[in-house]
This record gives sequence, structure tokens and C-alpha cells, in this order.
Amino acid sequence: MSDNGCGFPAPGLHSFLFKPLATVGGFEFNKVMLLALITSLLVVTFFWAAFGKAKVIPGKLQMVGEAGYDFVRRGIVYETLGKREGEKWVPLMVSLFFFIWIMNIWSVIPLAQFPVASVFAFPVVLAALVWILWVGLTFKRHGFVGFFKNVTGYDKSLGAVLPLVMVIEFLSNLFVRPFTHAVRLFANMFAGHLMLVMFTVASWYLMNSTMIPAAGVSFVMTIVMILFELFVQAVQAYVFVLLACSYIQGALAEHH
Amino acid sequence: MIANLAQLAAEETEQNPLIPAGPELLVGTIAFAIVFFFFWKKLLPNINKVLEERRAAIEGGIEEADAMKVEAQSVLEQYKAQLAEARHEAARLRQEAQEQGAALIAEMRAEGQRQREEIVAAGHTQIDADRKAAASALRQDVGKLATELAGKLVGESLEDHARQSRVIDRFLDELEEKAEATR
Repeated sequence: MSDNGCGFPAPGLHSFLFKPLATVGGFEFNKVMLLALITSLLVVTFFWAAFGKAKVIPGKLQMVGEAGYDFVRRGIVYETLGKREGEKWVPLMVSLFFFIWIMNIWSVIPLAQFPVASVFAFPVVLAALVWILWVGLTFKRHGFVGFFKNVTGYDKSLGAVLPLVMVIEFLSNLFVRPFTHAVRLFANMFAGHLMLVMFTVASWYLMNSTMIPAAGVSFVMTIVMILFELFVQAVQAYVFVLLACSYIQGALAEHH
Repeated sequence: MIANLAQLAAEETEQNPLIPAGPELLVGTIAFAIVFFFFWKKLLPNINKVLEERRAAIEGGIEEADAMKVEAQSVLEQYKAQLAEARHEAARLRQEAQEQGAALIAEMRAEGQRQREEIVAAGHTQIDADRKAAASALRQDVGKLATELAGKLVGESLEDHARQSRVIDRFLDELEEKAEATR
């Protein structure tokens, strides 16, 4: 962090770099990785507590867990894939939703204060997983030619523009789509984090100056942004899973 | 300041946020794998089983309630049928009893009538017989007394027995006629 004249420690890319907490055999273990693992631990622990000894007449925790589970299962998977095809994708989508959501929520948790998904590697892993499953499923369902037709959006009725459409669709489906899938989540969390850091640091910085009212404004904005981020975090988890389902649905559908 | 900016720019071109770092990819994969593994193998099968049980329990409860309702309905109908039958039976019995009672009373009345008539008839017969006996005895006595009286008055026995008895009879008949007329 360098002072650029006025001494305001502006947030930037360096806000997303962490010194390693521990180095094991050249492997640098940093805060983001720790948060990712704690995310896993939290999600599993919560749902273990809720569903570990599930009862027909649910307790409070089980009720909350069931509500979350039902939201993803009925609200996303069944809606897009249908009950019959969707059933075996439920575990993946439920895992994705809660993993992403909790990763995002770290953004507003004191001490953590960093959305794990704002480090590109994490959305990449998840988007890549969905992409691999999608490619594999399309091959399995439609064979090699079918895969090609499905991916290129082959449709004879398009006539002369068909080659152009095929090239665009091919690039779009195979390369652009997984990239945007990951970037959508990453960029939202990245931008959100920048905004939060911006207003938080500004509140602190302005307190030490002669512009205390501005510090107040900045502080209010911090609160507003935290509330907004809470909303965006859930929405992004939802959108990621919804898109994953719609990609899978595309693989299951008959090519036209 | 310009130097600082240049330094910052240099730092930031070194760090491209769109190039994922290997270690983070690895940790991300592991972290997600943990979540997925538990959901897939343990937690969701667990809750699905319970949800299925709950669904079955609710459906079972509804079915049970339906069955009970049907049974209650049939029992109610049975009761109603029994009640109607009982009422019918009671009415029939009452009717029968009435008829029997009426028949019995008629029979008894007829019997009483018959006995009364018998008694009355027997009484009449007895009275007739007694009267006849008394009349004949009286007639004899009166005849004898009259004959004796006449004999004493005349001083001699009447010759013609046949005529004598005819006179007495005629006399008595006249008496009887008088008695009849005065009655």
C-alpha cells in the first residue's frame, strides 16, 4: 500500500491479495483459502445439525434447513429440469447454492470481511465443474454428432446464415458461457467488496480530517452497502445455480 | 506522486485478477468437494427419507380418516335401518296386540252372551216345568176339591165322570182366560 499524495489508502487490486498465513512445503495457505474451508465446515455442520437426525416432525433447525433445501430443490431444480430429470442433480445444485452463498456472506462478517468468490479461482472451479458436467452429459445424451448439433444450435431452417450462427453458438456455448458464468459471480463479489472497502476506509479516513459530516455520510453508505451486499450475495448464489440448471437442461433437451 | 502511480500501475499489471492461482483452484475444489460429498452421501438422502416418511404419514392419516368416515357412515346407516326396523316391528306388534285384544274381547263377549242365554234358557225351562207341574197339581187338587165340594153339595156322586171332568176343565179354562185378560 502506497500513499498517493493525500494519504488516502484507496482500495484496489491489492485489497484482494493476502500474505500467506502459513507455508507448508512451498504451498502458501492464505486467508481466502481458510475462509473457503471454513465455509465447507459451516455448511456441512449446519446441515448435519439440521438433517443428521432428521425427524418426521421437524425441530426448528431442521425446519430452517428444509426451507433452504426446498427452495433450491423445488424453486430452482424442479422448475428448470423437472422432477424426473432434476432429481439426481439436486445434491449438486444444493451444494453449489449453499457453498456459494456462505462464501459470499463472509463479505460482511466482521474479521473475515472478504467474499471468497471475489477471488477468481473459486468461481472458476465451480463454473468449470458445471461446464464439464454439461459437456459430458451432452455427449452421453446425443452422441458425437448430436453433441455438435446441440452445441452449434444446428437448425436447417436458418438457411444461409446457418454457418454464421453455428460459429457464434459454438464459441458462445463452449467458451464464452463458462467464462461469463464464473465472471458473473466473481465480478459481483469483487465490485461489492471494493465498494464496501471504499466506504469503510473512507469513513475512517474522513474521521481524521476536518470533514466529519462526510465521514457520517460514508458510514451510512457503508451500512447501506452492507445491506445491499447481503442481497447481492444471495442473488448471485441463486443466479449461479439457476444458470447451471439451465445449462444442464440444454444438454438434456433434444437438439433442434 | 507520478512515481507512486507508476509503481501502483506496475503492481497491478503483475496482478491480473482474471488469472486464477493454482493453490486457490485446489483449495476451492477441495472445499466444494467436501460440501458436495456430505450432501450427496449423507445429508440429502437422510432428509429425503424423512420427507418421504412425512408424506406417507400425511397420506396415511388422510386415508385412515377417509376409511373412518366411510365406516362411520355405514354404521350410521346401519343404525338408521335398525331403528326403522324396530319402529316398524313395534308398530306391527302394537297392531297385532290390538287385533288380538279386540278378538279376545269379542270372543269373551260372545261367550258371556252364550252363557247368559244358556242360564236364562235353563231358568225359563225350569220355570215352565215348575209352572206346568204346579198347574197340573193345582188343577188336580182344585178338581178333586171341587168334585168333593160339589159331591157334598149335591150329596151324591156325580155319575158321569166324563161330563164331570169336562165341566171342571171348562171352568178352569174360563178362569185361566180371565187371568190372561187381567194380566
